[in-house]
Amino acid sequence: MAAETVVEPREPAIFDIRDLWAYYGEKPAIRSVTLKIPEKRVTAIMGPSGCGKTTFIRCLNRLHELTPGARVQGEILLRGENILEMDPVLVRRRVGMVFQRPNPFPTMTIYDNVLAGYKLLGIKLRREEADRIVEEALRKAALWDEVKDSLHKRGTYLSGGQQQRLCIARALAVKPEVLLMDEPTSALDPKSTAKIEELVVELKQSVTIVIVTHNIAQAGRVSDYTAFFYLGELVEFGPTSHLFTVPRDKRTEEFLKGKFG
Amino acid sequence: MKGLFWRKLKDRLAFFLILILALLPALPLIHILYGILKQGLASLSWEFFVHLSRPPGEEGGGVGNAILGTVMLAVLASLMAVPVGVLCGVYLSEYARGKFGEVVRISADVLQGVPSIVLGIVAYLWVVKPMGHFSALSGAVALAIMMLPVIVRSTEEILKMIPETLREASLALGVNYWRTVLKVLIPTGLVGISTGILLSLARIMGETAPLLFTAFGNPFWNLNPLQPVEALPLTVFKYAISPYEEWIRQAWGASVVLTLMVLGLNLFSRFLAWRLGGHGR
Repeated sequence: MAAETVVEPREPAIFDIRDLWAYYGEKPAIRSVTLKIPEKRVTAIMGPSGCGKTTFIRCLNRLHELTPGARVQGEILLRGENILEMDPVLVRRRVGMVFQRPNPFPTMTIYDNVLAGYKLLGIKLRREEADRIVEEALRKAALWDEVKDSLHKRGTYLSGGQQQRLCIARALAVKPEVLLMDEPTSALDPKSTAKIEELVVELKQSVTIVIVTHNIAQAGRVSDYTAFFYLGELVEFGPTSHLFTVPRDKRTEEFLKGKFG
Repeated sequence: MKGLFWRKLKDRLAFFLILILALLPALPLIHILYGILKQGLASLSWEFFVHLSRPPGEEGGGVGNAILGTVMLAVLASLMAVPVGVLCGVYLSEYARGKFGEVVRISADVLQGVPSIVLGIVAYLWVVKPMGHFSALSGAVALAIMMLPVIVRSTEEILKMIPETLREASLALGVNYWRTVLKVLIPTGLVGISTGILLSLARIMGETAPLLFTAFGNPFWNLNPLQPVEALPLTVFKYAISPYEEWIRQAWGASVVLTLMVLGLNLFSRFLAWRLGGHGR
């Protein structure tokens, strides 16, 4: 059954996930997920609470295994290389992440927060180069105009929505191939949410985005492809326009109609 | 309605009883401060802070060498206890899962309860005996052991308070765990960790027992850590039990200096903790 509800994307895939299982202790949170994620597109991971969507994307940058007792089985190929056999530190340089709640480093300025990926790793940059990276990342994150005069203030001075865009800039500054977003707007007001959504659509020109959301409308607005998870299983995957109008699985249809979730 | 009156009266009485009992712990402190300030302030002078003591019978003299010695012991002890204590706290907060961590944690708690004179004996066996003579170093070792548990547990508690999302933010940038600890967690918890260090310093600066057969005391100026050194609590101890009036007066003066140093450290660390609590962040 899974074979007919999970569609192959037309675009070349950046992630090729094969028979992925993720466990907390003995309990599987992800059951046999097989999925290809298209490059330079926005893929939404959607589903009710507790369906494993956050666990799933935390596998993609190997953050899942940091939880005590957690483990992963299967294959996650990033451009053909199995990330489960790579050094997690190298995986995370290529696959960035934005979290549910904005988490800028409280001891750092806005400027240093953007450069955190370099500073924390002890990579020395020349002044002009650092300035260039900061401006570029902040522009991409649509934050430059708001903060260009206060780059040396603490990142925690910003509003919640600005902090989240600062975190996006921080992730983009190290030039990842994929950006994972774990319900990036769940802690934000509607206006900030709209800004981030706009940003997501723009960013796909330069980076592949995988965004977790429990908000059906948001998935519809920002994504090209949608994966619907239920109870740890991938129920359905396909172009968002298809999945939203003619869902093939009954559970997807019921979720979209708001019968559960 | 008669019942209501009595109930109200009992309520008032209970309140005043609790208020009085609550003030009780503050009384000794007020009494101590009043007593030593009254007796000791008179002997404070410029000379008292910068001069050596005079032989009994002679007027004047000071405890400059003891003040310097106390500061030197505190610095030496910190140099030993801070790196070990902070790293141990990091271990307990970040890496310790299972039995071994629990053993370390319990050891730190038990160490806190070991009588300070016993720690003096330990330092005597470890440092004084092999060296063949008393020294500031051996005193600092005893004091460092006393500082350790406070630093370890406070560092652990502070790091545990840092939200998990901050660790993940760093790890998700491809930063390894050790660098995350060093560049994100410790700077974020720095104020709290410093508070713990200052509190541990306040705890050891007034200690006499661990110094009796380690730092030993020294009537002269000394900056060599391998030689015996004077310390304020030792001065107070020796002078207070001496038969000379001038020395007893100086013991009061030394008590004032010592009490104010410890009080100052305590208040300063409270101030840091208060700022940590969200004020002025």
